[in-house]
This record gives sequence, structure tokens and C-alpha cells, in this order.
Amino acid sequence: MADVRPLVRDELLPPKPPERRHLISIGDLTRDDVERLLTLARTFAGTLDRDVKKLPTLRGRTVVNLFYESSTRTSSSFELAAKRLSADVMSIKASGSAVDKGESLKDTALTIGCYDPDVIVIRHPEIGAPNLVARFTEAHVVNAGDGKHQHPTQALLDLYTIVEELGSIDGLHVAIVGDVLHSRVARSDIQALRLMGARVTLVGPPPLIPRGIEAMGCEVSHEIDTIRDADVVYVLRMQKERMLAGANYVPSLREYTARWGVTPERLRPGQKVMHPGPMNRGVEIDGAVADAADALIERQVRSGLAVRMAVLYDLLTHGPVGVKVAEIQAVA
Amino acid sequence: MAPLTAPNRPKDDLVVRGARVLDPAKGVDAVLDVRVDGGTIAELGADLDANGHRVIDGAGLVLAPAFVDPHVHLRTPGREDEEDIRSGTRAAAAGGYCAILAMPNTDPVVDSAAVLGSLRERARAEAEIPVGFLAAITKGQAGDELTEMVELAEAGAAGFTDDGQPVASPGLLRRALQYGAAAGPTIALHCEERTLTRGGQMHEGETSAELGFGGYPSIAESLMVARDLALARYEERPVHLLHLSARESAEELGRARDDGVAATGEVTPHHLCATDDLVRSLDANTKMNPPLRAEEDRAALVEALRDGTIGAIATDHAPHARHEKEVPFEGAPFGVTGLETAFSVLYTRLVEPGVIPLETLLERMSAGPARVYGLEPPRIARGAEANLVLLDLAGAWRVEESGFRSKSANSWLLGETLVGRVALTVAGGRVAFAA
Repeated sequence: MADVRPLVRDELLPPKPPERRHLISIGDLTRDDVERLLTLARTFAGTLDRDVKKLPTLRGRTVVNLFYESSTRTSSSFELAAKRLSADVMSIKASGSAVDKGESLKDTALTIGCYDPDVIVIRHPEIGAPNLVARFTEAHVVNAGDGKHQHPTQALLDLYTIVEELGSIDGLHVAIVGDVLHSRVARSDIQALRLMGARVTLVGPPPLIPRGIEAMGCEVSHEIDTIRDADVVYVLRMQKERMLAGANYVPSLREYTARWGVTPERLRPGQKVMHPGPMNRGVEIDGAVADAADALIERQVRSGLAVRMAVLYDLLTHGPVGVKVAEIQAVA
Repeated sequence: MAPLTAPNRPKDDLVVRGARVLDPAKGVDAVLDVRVDGGTIAELGADLDANGHRVIDGAGLVLAPAFVDPHVHLRTPGREDEEDIRSGTRAAAAGGYCAILAMPNTDPVVDSAAVLGSLRERARAEAEIPVGFLAAITKGQAGDELTEMVELAEAGAAGFTDDGQPVASPGLLRRALQYGAAAGPTIALHCEERTLTRGGQMHEGETSAELGFGGYPSIAESLMVARDLALARYEERPVHLLHLSARESAEELGRARDDGVAATGEVTPHHLCATDDLVRSLDANTKMNPPLRAEEDRAALVEALRDGTIGAIATDHAPHARHEKEVPFEGAPFGVTGLETAFSVLYTRLVEPGVIPLETLLERMSAGPARVYGLEPPRIARGAEANLVLLDLAGAWRVEESGFRSKSANSWLLGETLVGRVALTVAGGRVAFAA
């Protein structure tokens, strides 16, 4: 007689939901994850030109934007991304909230957690704030910038912009210029670009290039002429607000601009220029460079919406990649 | 006045039977019975008469001189919500310690005989094991004016330190070394050049570069180590260097000792067992000052401990309230607890894998730190005060918040499984802990 294996109890139960995922660092992602997100973003971008731009995909879901630092493009694009996907969105800014009364991040997280949000998008001046929110809530957490640590959706939209413009990232040479020390964008971009096969060179004054950063797989140069070798020149903002008073990273902005400012003369024709914004025109980037046809800066902003739609969608839906892409294409 | 304050409680009678008695300093390593009469070791031998004493079965266990922790933050006075004399000394007893020294960076700072005297009085009433109190080098630890070191020494200061703060001015440190000679007790230094650590959160290196944290470069410590050793050499005065964390610091200390400078050093279990890689978790319980450093630093510290350049293991037990550590890493205070995990983590990570011998670990946790501050080293010999720890080297346990006697649970080892448990601690002649 053939063995009839009795069904074990677990096989009768519905499958367990996948482990709760967050997007806190580019280091959380594999190359496959990034490719899936970029494909999703492309699909969503296609819906943005329609007359009716709203998709029903995340109807009934709740997204909370929790911003402890000022932000224009990141907070507005997360808010719009969630709305375009029909999620309910609540945006909380630190000023004017209980934070002003001295509430700790843990208590704010517990309070927001009471509304059972599906996603909490957080920007905070301190490294590790998103991890803390993830610890004290049941929501998926998206890091919209934590101190000098990470800004993963910025890196994804940068990748998306580069792919749209240049076709592929593999083998490209990207020069990241300026205040790397204080830049979460630089850290996320280095990881993301390396993950996707680009060569990355950091260029800037020695005090603004952190010691040991070569271990992330990038090269370091203190000569601005190096940027001529790059396919893409990524200009970082001089983050005056994060610099310790009296730390003397550079003697003056005037001297910084003279030596490391990105000007038309320092570029060769056809080089693409990017900047995460907001720009200090006349400091790290010459106005003529920012306004030139090869500048992708506004394109980056436009990419931000589609990429953040992709991130929200991806965190809230599970299942094989192929199915997911097919599904969203059907919706679109 | 003797620097240790013993609790005002009766001594015990007991017999520990059949343990492997291990006292590296006395060259003892044999299975013996040990009888304690009225807090004093009365006899060592085979099949001793119990004399009606409490009998403890030591079969399969190791009986060693109990540990001395030269660096504990008891948070008293001022932050008794984080630790007090009773909870801190109970934690120490559970960790196998028969004596601890408390740091003076409290609120108020221990910088007057009045504050010191009140602490000693409280210790007599509340402590589980003998405690010594260090006093500050400068008033309020502000780095401007010397404390009344002679009076403090007469009032029983176990040593002098501005721990938590460097003595920034070389001129003032020189005066402290000169004047300290009249007072007597050891001067212990927190070596940190603050202009190099401003805004720092962790060791400066590849991990800090990737995570975006401001760095505490190794040279911020080793530069100050070199300065302090140069002053000690010039003044021909001994100094003790607290919680060394960098390879370069250990090298500086080794060179100075070879040249005859009377310098000693201590190292913590976390600097011997962990690296800055742990900070990737962004868990505030991996944040301490000095910070966890690179693997080459860790390896150099282990080597310095083994060869005796660094003669003492110190926990730098630094309790913090839960709500102060449950914040993003950057906002959290520096420091981790260590009294209740020190032996176990060092045994698990260094002795079991064969990196250092058990005898070395026992010596560096007991006689080594005692000598730094001129305390009588615990020993297992007839006529000695009973300061004994009974160790179950096979006992595995999980570090859990609920298991601590300390009021605080900010351990970097939460959730870890360790091997080696303290089964019994006899401190100052009385049973202070029994598992």
C-alpha cells in the first residue's frame, strides 16, 4: 500500500505573511531589488502623463510622513506619491507638534503607531532614527534621510535618472564632488552606484572626505580636474547647517568655490550634471552649469515621484517580482 | 585610612568542598577543600572537617581569588535611578567581584571630604561588598583647580581621577602629579584630546565613514597617552591609564614601561571582545567612550593584556536609564554596563577559544587591578581574608534584561549566550552572592 502522508497542520493554514520590510539603507537592497524598483518606477512614470493620474492600488492604506527636518522635494514627493496611489496620507512636521513639547521619538512613534499606519516615512537629523521607529511600530519604515547616514530614495531616483538618460549604469564613471563628509546622499549614492556596477570617484577638499571611505569601493581625489574623466558629475550641496562651528573644514566658501566649484570651464561637453538640491548657486555649482541642457537636476525631481510610488508599492505588496510587475502593468 | 569600605555585616563560616582551587599568584592548582572561619581562610586541604559550617559543593567548579573592578560608575550621588550603592555592589557580587572602585563623576562630584565621607557611610550600611571611592583631581572635574588631595586621601580616597574628562591642561596635570605625591593614592587618567573628538560618536575608520558618524580617532587617545606618560616620566610619578582602546595607546604604554616609567593600564571586556562593526546595528548599547575600535586595536589590546603591558581588566560599568538609551544613536549617552557579564564574556571569547590562558584572565581581573591602587590582592592562602569566586566554566547562560541585579540593562551583550557562570562570591569574608 502506498504511503499516504497526512497533511501537517501548517500546510492547512494560509501562508505566513512575508517578513516586514523597511527601506532604511541602500545596504538593505540587492541588485535584483534595485532593478525591480526601477522597473516599477518606469511603469508608474508612464501613468504620470495621463489626465487622470490617480491609481487605486493602495486604497485603504495609510502612509504617515514624519519630518523632523525641513524638506521641500522629499516631503512633497512622498506625499504626492502616496496620494497618486490612493493611500490616506498624514504629514506630521516636528515644529508645531508634540515634539516641540519635548516628546521623545519613541513616544511619537508609539503614538503614531496607534493609528496602525502601513508605512511611516521619516526624516530626522539623527542617524538611526528610522531604526528606532521600526523597533517601536508595526509599520514599514522608509528612511527619507537620517542625519549624515542614508537617503535611499534619493539614491534610487538618481539611479533612475541616470538609466533614463544614459541607458545603463554598469561601467559608468560618476564623480561625486564636494562635501561628502556631511552628505547622506553621497553615502547612499556610493552604495547604489557601486551595487549597479558604476565606478565612483569622490572629489573634494581633504577635510570633507571622510577617512576610510575608500572601503565603500570608491576612489578619492582632491583635484577638481578629475571630474573631466567622469560620465556624470554629481555635485553635493555645501551643508553649512551640519558643520560644527569653528571646525574649519574649509577656510571660506570663497576659497572652496575657487578651488572645487563646478563651473563650465571645468566640465567637458556632454558630461551630465546632477545635484540633489537645494543648490547653492555660485558656491558648489555655477548657475550656468545648473541651467545647461546637460543638467539633469529637474529630471531628478520628476523621477522622485515615480520612484517613491515604486517604493511604497513595493513595500506594501508582496509576491514574486515578475507577478508584481505584471500586476502593476495591468493596473496601469 | 584604608581605602575600601566594607559593609557593616557579620562574616561567614563555610567550607567549599572539592573545587579545583586556582590561585595563579600563589601557584596553586589542585582539587582541595577550603574552610573559612569567621571570614578568614582557615585551612586548605583534602577532606577537611566542616566544623558545622555551611558546606558548598565545589565538585567540577573552579575556586579562584575573587575579582576586583577598578572602574565602576555607581551613579551615586545624583543618579540613583540608574544605580546606587546597593544595586551596583549586588551586581558586582553576582559578577564575582569582592571589591570595586567607584568613579567620582557624580552629581555632586566627589571632590570634597564631605561628599566622600557621606558615600563611605552609606557604603557601610548599603553595600554588598567592599567599595572604594576615587576622588576628583580637579574641583567639579572642571579642569581648573586641584581638589584638596591630602585631605581627601586622609578621608579614604582610593585614588584620584577626573574620569569622563581628560585633564586638558598639561600644566595642571603636572601640578596634580607633583602635589599628588604628598597625598599618596594613584592618579588615574582618562586620555582624550577633546579637540579631536568634537562631534564624535564612534571610532573613526571605515565603519564611521560608511555610517556617516563623526569619528573618535585613535590618535585622540594615543596623543594624550603619550603626553600623560611624558609628564609622568618627567615628574617621576606613577600614573594609571583608564580604559585603553587603541593599539597605539598600548604601544605607548609598553614603551614607557620598558623605559622604567611607573605606568599601569586597564582595558575593558568590550574593547577586548568587540569591534566597531557592532555599531552597524545602530543600537545605542554599542556606544561608549572610548569607542569600540578596529580589529587590529582589539587584537593589540588582547596581546598587551597577555604580556602584562596592560595589567588590569576594568568594566567601566556605566549604567544608563532606559529612556536615555532608547533614542537614536547620536542622541544617546556613552556607556554600557559590564559587572555581571565581564568574566563570562572574557571566558567565552578569549579563554575557551584558547586566546589567553584562564590563569591570565583570573590574574588580570583580580591581583592586577588590586595592585594598581595598592590594595591587598585577593589570594587563597591560610590566614587571608576570604575573597573567593566559585566558577562554573561549563555553565551556559543567556544575557537577558530581566537577569540583571544592576538597576540598568544597557548591556552590549543582550541576547548573547555566554559560557562560564559565577556560582558563589565571597567578598570581605562574607557570602555576597550564591547562584
